[in-house]
Amino acid sequence: MKVLFSGAIDCDLHLPLPGMATLMPYVDAFWREQFVTRRIDRMDFALTSFPAQTPLGMREDWRDVRASETPLDKLRREALTPFGTRIAIASILHGAVALYNDDMAAVLCSAVNDHMARDWLDHEPRLRGSILVVAQSAEHAVREIERVAADKRFVQVLMLVMGDTLPGKRQLWPIYRACEKHGLSLALHAGSAYRHAPTGSGWPSYYVEDYVAQSTAFENAIVSFLAEGVFNACPNLKLVCLESGFTWLPTLLWRLNKEWRGVRQEAPWLDRMPAEVLRERVRLSLQPVDAPPDGAMLKRVLAHIDCDDMLLFSSDYPHAQFKGLEILPDGLPDNLIRKIMIENPIASYPRLQAEFAAAQETGHERATS
Amino acid sequence: MTKHVVASADELQPGQRKLVNAGGREIAVFNIAGEMFALANRCPHGGGPLIEGYVTGLALSSRPGEYRLARENEFLRCPYHGWEFELRTGQSYCDPKSVRARQFSVHVEHGEELAKGPYAADRFEVAREKDYVVVEV
Repeated sequence: MKVLFSGAIDCDLHLPLPGMATLMPYVDAFWREQFVTRRIDRMDFALTSFPAQTPLGMREDWRDVRASETPLDKLRREALTPFGTRIAIASILHGAVALYNDDMAAVLCSAVNDHMARDWLDHEPRLRGSILVVAQSAEHAVREIERVAADKRFVQVLMLVMGDTLPGKRQLWPIYRACEKHGLSLALHAGSAYRHAPTGSGWPSYYVEDYVAQSTAFENAIVSFLAEGVFNACPNLKLVCLESGFTWLPTLLWRLNKEWRGVRQEAPWLDRMPAEVLRERVRLSLQPVDAPPDGAMLKRVLAHIDCDDMLLFSSDYPHAQFKGLEILPDGLPDNLIRKIMIENPIASYPRLQAEFAAAQETGHERATS
Repeated sequence: MTKHVVASADELQPGQRKLVNAGGREIAVFNIAGEMFALANRCPHGGGPLIEGYVTGLALSSRPGEYRLARENEFLRCPYHGWEFELRTGQSYCDPKSVRARQFSVHVEHGEELAKGPYAADRFEVAREKDYVVVEV
């Protein structure tokens, strides 16, 4: 299905991975010297789940590069204009987040964030940013959030769904408290720092196994947030799952409630049906959708999910998730499309909410539409 | 409602429990610190025998990492899947609106009073000088 109106808020759009040459101006002399002498400047820092030539990594018609076109022009032509996008929340999934050296990882994350602000956000008012942080070190992550948060164009903090530990653990709470303090949502994106095997039974052999395992990782992450009490500790935090899929959600909702009833005493702060809390606090991106063969089935899945607030429009650009302009799966009810594309994203990102409220107050729309 | 004499009070001292049969129903009777409670011996969730349940309180918390056991001995945890039921009302803690264990009125009555009838005593003769546990079904 095509988008039939303008004003969409795309919650998951990927910017090209900046090479080390692009990032070098954003690191200081010490680290520049380190990166050169240790040959780190020759690394591409691509996360290994999506090497450049995998079929899903980039849509075929988006692979060609026109000499006359800047990367930003290409992004506008392929990802912003065709879908009537008013705002797109961009992310850069840089391999820095998988480094074991916390300090080096933090320096590179800062460089990625500065690159996003200077080389992208400064030039395209429709773009919003994600603050990439070193999730294994709450200290570094919080410092980076504090450093970048004044720039209101950044609307979320970005981590991989599989890191050093289950993301609900208390050692990571300073990150979530910093998010809440600054009105940033927390985004977990598909992917792993590969500290652990992506399945509970060890290392898979093939990409298909790795890709399919992602949805389990999201289930684990969401349950960890609920059970550890992150949502109690941070009553205003929204957890946004990017590239998570969502058709697996109904069974998680049912299973959560069922198991909770029998063992709720061990985590008594979770004091009501966990599925209720999940529906209030967890958001999931639309693309990639694990779409059933026909739209009627998708309608049934949505009925099982039983909540219109949870899905957020996303292109997942430039990954190959749909053809042409058919960015919406068949079967989305009309009344839900508008919610998914505009209202839910605004409600899920405090900074977008503030921005839209301010725009309404002054009585004129931002020039970004 | 029929009064069923289901046990002599001696058999159900504080801390004791007894599975009884009244009007063809299996009923789990508990004496908690001198107060009697009676629930159908069948968990409304998975059919577990509530007579084997664990009598406990309510785990509460005001924030993650803080634990408190409140209302001790007011709840029964099913031996099968751990669902919690309030002994006094049969209400489940996790889903009080839609799931509750069948609860029966139970009290101790003196044989003298019982003799005035009517009542049903399936298992034994009622002596005027003793106390009995009476379940109303």
